[in-house]
Amino acid sequence: MTWVFENDQPIYTQLVDQIKFAIVSGELPPGARMPAVRELSLEAGVNPNTMQRALQQLEREALVYAQRSAGRFVTEDTAVINRVREGLAAEKVRRFREAMAALGCTEEEMKTLLFGSGEESHG
Amino acid sequence: MDNVLECRDLSKRFGAVQALEGVTLHVAPGRVVGLLGPNGSGKTTLIKLANGLLTPSAGEIRICGALPGKETKAVVSYLPDRPTLPEWMSAEQLMDFFADFYADFDRERAGDMLARLGLHPKMRYGQMSKGTREKIQLILVMSRRARLYLLDEPIGGVDPATRDYILDTIIRNYDENASVVISTHLISEVENVLDDVIFLREGRVTMQASVDDIRAQYGKSVDALFREVFKC
Repeated sequence: MTWVFENDQPIYTQLVDQIKFAIVSGELPPGARMPAVRELSLEAGVNPNTMQRALQQLEREALVYAQRSAGRFVTEDTAVINRVREGLAAEKVRRFREAMAALGCTEEEMKTLLFGSGEESHG
Repeated sequence: MDNVLECRDLSKRFGAVQALEGVTLHVAPGRVVGLLGPNGSGKTTLIKLANGLLTPSAGEIRICGALPGKETKAVVSYLPDRPTLPEWMSAEQLMDFFADFYADFDRERAGDMLARLGLHPKMRYGQMSKGTREKIQLILVMSRRARLYLLDEPIGGVDPATRDYILDTIIRNYDENASVVISTHLISEVENVLDDVIFLREGRVTMQASVDDIRAQYGKSVDALFREVFKC
């Protein structure tokens, strides 16, 4: 995984988001075994307690589960993964709208920019 | 569990200079703490008080419940802010040196890390580059199974690759029963490996908080907040 951190948010929420993205995108497929906390924190270059906190959050959201001695695994429940995908997509859309609104774009203009105008596609 | 490091109303005066004034803080086991402040804010003084190289003018400092002394030196692993190792020794001899001094020195672990640096075993410490010397000193310090690691400016004046190596080594050796205190003014470089930060200004603690709490509360990195608070 590649890890990129922004300065304006807590590190742990960014870890949660980036691991979610890896699961939704299939980089960490359903049922896959998660690397150990230390390995993940080395890879991301973050504090192990922060990584632990992020993984616990993912456990609470039922996206990963811990097995006593074997470690942590990505859920096999694709309904849960789909819900998270929808959540991430909604968040991206919200940020896009915010950014476009800040540029002074109307809903119509956004649609045109996204899908092209009807005329163009016909003609 | 007991705090690994605890200061109560700790002060240190050098003649007319008040280096530390009424410092009260604690570091719990398993935490990686950044001791942050501009030059001359008292970071090194605090670290030297913690390892018994200085004695307090007033107040108290305790390591795992005990006052600094022989007992605490056995559980405190200290990386000084300047090189102190004998230059004529090879990496091998330095390991023997540490093994002789410290019962908690894990020679195998140190040997593994040194082997990965790919050094010639007979090369003398004094012949090595500055970056390599910093790495070796850190390897030796982190290879003790201590309760408290005091790292005074571990990343000052090293290149980015060496800095990454140093931070990697700190994460790799993380132990939930031990605490790490890193003093530095290069905050953005260490921010991601810290649990908590302590801001020191002219010998006083001006803030003690977790990195993620600061980011959540201020919507900015600790580095950005520091630049704002300590703007000249």
